[in-house]
Amino acid sequence: MSILNKVIRSVVQVMPDQAPDELIASNRYLGRSINRLNGPDKVTGKATFTADYPVANLAHAALAYSTIAKGRITSIDTKAAEALPGVILVLTHENAPEMKVPKEFGDGSSNDAGTTQAKILNTDHVSWNGQPIALVVAETPEQAEAAAARIHATYEKEDCVTSFEAAIGDAKQPKAIMGEDPEVTRGDVEQALSQSAARIDLTFTTPPHNHNAIEPHACIAQWDGKDDLTLYDTSQFTAGVATTIAQVFGLKADHVRVVAPYVGGGFGGKGGAWPYIQLCALAARETGRPVRLAMTREGVFRIVGGRTPSQQRVAISADDAGKFLGFVHEGVTAQSTHNHFPEQFSFPPRHLYSMEAYRIGQKVTDLSRVANTFMRAPGESIGTFAVESGIDALAYELKMCPVALRMRNEPDADPVSGSPFSSRHMRKAYEMGVERFGWKSRPAEPRSQRDGDWWIGQGVATGTYPVYRMVTAARVRISADGTAVAQTSCQEMGMGTETVQTQHLAERLGLPMSKVRFEYGDSTLPYAGVAGGSSQTVSVALAVQEAGAKVLKELLALAQKDERSPLREANFEDVVAKDEGIFWRVSGGGESYAAILSRAGKDFVEADHKTGAPMELLKYSMHSYAAQFCEVRVHALSGEVRVQRWVGSFDTGRILNPKMAVSQFRGGIIMGIGMALTEETMFDDRTGRIMNPSLAEYHVPVQADIPDIEVVYTNEPDPHTPLGAHGIGEIGITGVAAAVANAVYHATGKRVTSLPITLDKLM
Amino acid sequence: MPLHTFQLQINGDTRTLSNLDPRVSLLDAIRDHCGLTGAKKGCNQGACGACTVLVDGERINSCLTLALQYEGRDIRTIEGLAEADGSLHPLQKAFVEHDGFQCGFCTPGQICSAVGMLAEYKAGAPSAVTDGEVGELAGAELQERMSGNLCRCGAYVGIREAILEAAAQ
Ligand code: FES
Ligand code: FES
Repeated sequence: MSILNKVIRSVVQVMPDQAPDELIASNRYLGRSINRLNGPDKVTGKATFTADYPVANLAHAALAYSTIAKGRITSIDTKAAEALPGVILVLTHENAPEMKVPKEFGDGSSNDAGTTQAKILNTDHVSWNGQPIALVVAETPEQAEAAAARIHATYEKEDCVTSFEAAIGDAKQPKAIMGEDPEVTRGDVEQALSQSAARIDLTFTTPPHNHNAIEPHACIAQWDGKDDLTLYDTSQFTAGVATTIAQVFGLKADHVRVVAPYVGGGFGGKGGAWPYIQLCALAARETGRPVRLAMTREGVFRIVGGRTPSQQRVAISADDAGKFLGFVHEGVTAQSTHNHFPEQFSFPPRHLYSMEAYRIGQKVTDLSRVANTFMRAPGESIGTFAVESGIDALAYELKMCPVALRMRNEPDADPVSGSPFSSRHMRKAYEMGVERFGWKSRPAEPRSQRDGDWWIGQGVATGTYPVYRMVTAARVRISADGTAVAQTSCQEMGMGTETVQTQHLAERLGLPMSKVRFEYGDSTLPYAGVAGGSSQTVSVALAVQEAGAKVLKELLALAQKDERSPLREANFEDVVAKDEGIFWRVSGGGESYAAILSRAGKDFVEADHKTGAPMELLKYSMHSYAAQFCEVRVHALSGEVRVQRWVGSFDTGRILNPKMAVSQFRGGIIMGIGMALTEETMFDDRTGRIMNPSLAEYHVPVQADIPDIEVVYTNEPDPHTPLGAHGIGEIGITGVAAAVANAVYHATGKRVTSLPITLDKLM
Repeated sequence: MPLHTFQLQINGDTRTLSNLDPRVSLLDAIRDHCGLTGAKKGCNQGACGACTVLVDGERINSCLTLALQYEGRDIRTIEGLAEADGSLHPLQKAFVEHDGFQCGFCTPGQICSAVGMLAEYKAGAPSAVTDGEVGELAGAELQERMSGNLCRCGAYVGIREAILEAAAQ
């Protein structure tokens, strides 16, 4: 952490809190299981995703990709491609116009969304196996794909490191991890490890993963003259893509419009401006036609990075009552030679447990591979696998219940920063989960339950994910017809953004849901950051709340000026928004928005607001928590693992829409089950090439893999967040792989420390 | 490559495809040439089921087949499932009610697949988990039969609740 950050943190500690949100318990719409508003469009095929836009005179682009990891292109033959019918243009490094390298995605606080520092098409240098080396534009997609397949390049290879294992020794400590110290220590941890009743010391590995949203990345680019560009893009960061593409082409940021009303899943994979977007824009500019570049599934694997591999050591010692004495969590992740993202796997234990002495930190190493990026719960997903497996192993050493061991080390304040928790109900989450799962009837002994050819086991693990809030702008308008609209450029990839923000706006303004609308998914709307870090719901809610308050103040000012208004004498503190208007808090008299506006002769009142920096995060330790319980069966002969029961118990602030929230939690758990059992992006260590770039070979969970998943939640509002809520998109996946591994241990007596837990590891 | 002009019957309408490249898949013909973009392309190689449509009542992956092969067949897409008056098919209603989706990208394929699957099941067609007689739908039978439709958002629990509810009607 920088000195400046430390100073700010100590100042903020003594600043007074904001009063809790007035709507923290309000439940006309909030807290209710309202069906997704866009559900009818989604089940009838009317929802328009990027590749669905009908655009006249559309040309189609396709890409060719390098087949070496590092070196120079010595020749590239495009003649066969150019000779095919329908081909309009072929661009390679030999003829592509110059594009600027955009700024890299930072810590989420800027609009920069570049994904690689490598030049794209503007160089003969190759930085990863799969880098685009040619762009083909043709009249039809079939023609473009056929032509791209006929591009032939020769290379001069250079030495490089493509194997994670081989690069671990060269890992270095980065300056900071997401603004936090790369390593935190307290006390003499080696001493604490050596003098203890019980101790474990295990090394875990996790493989690379890909997001594999079912919608592949796609873009449609349309220029209006030389300076105005519209992009339909599968984006979870419309404002960032606009800024980044403006940088690439030297345009003003507000001359690039990015439209993304429906996005077919993102999970972090659509947060950056991956190179296909600029190539689509280039194709459109150079041909003078609107162009669609719909990436193939293989193409997505080649140019859109995924989760880093990791190697993590967990060493924990405890006294005979289970109190943690020494705690080490350290290891290495990978980034590429052309991007910077040291994934924060060492964050979970910094906030989870009391520890006498600790050393928690991480290093990063550079590979000649496609750039890595954030994927659902970056850091916490893989970090909790190692830490929570380690704690489970320690529980067996101590002959203690793994739930009791965790509760034994539940801290009163943040174990590293010392800050108070804003809202932490871990014990309650565990109690609810233990009850629902029937944990108490689980036998303590591993390898003690058998059903025919199957070993049965039950496992548990803690999940955790931070609360983030991003600076966000919103516009709220109330019209004379009694309707209201809120606007921000944020995105909807299936989290339920539109629905929950509509619930919020209606509740906030005292209007029925049918009279309010939430507009989003367009970079020309007031600024919202990336839909990431599980931050969007609260970030947008605060911006809407504050813009809404400005509108209400303006409406009240109109009423105050009006002799006939029952609100003439009212101050803002005296009134509340309800029953489609503004009313005295106590006496109840007041009038509707429509009445105020029509008497004032105005069509509407609107206001913009941009929220301040999230100071509350410096004062409080703010996190969500989960207790994940699972039961597996493991085939005694084949080693096949099946998950047959799941209970996820969550402590994530107030739940705003139970039906959609349960879907989010389950979605995270399901992706976690994939991570535990089947998912792995396989790199050929010799060539740095992905060997399984398809959904046939990268195995995401299917319907048959998923048991009933029960979800319970504490529903305890956080007094320091908008609406009392936390984001919930990522917490679901955390702790899942550990819960599965722990259940597999309980079933078989085998501790699997490398993901995925495939059959061979249990033979 | 010789181009072809032919007709497809989609959702009861006759569509003429003029001078079509023979490489055009049924999926691309439906989406790009008929403007029915409900069916989705998730992989273009038969691995995800997002492109599932019904042909003569049976579900197929429309990305894996050429449009030319389907002249004269009865093709039904997600756009053709609701009643003429716009009221939703029971499966569509149940998907909304049970939140059988998040992003909605896999949804047209899931629903078309479920229509085809229920017809197969009712006709007594066995699945890979059928042991002797075809067993009850809830549980392994349904899960096996719907495993060709991936949902990365992980709406599987809602999807099967929706299908079971619609099947019971
Ligand atoms: S698009 Fe046809 S199966 Fe994936
Ligand atoms: S709802 Fe998003 S893939 Fe199924």
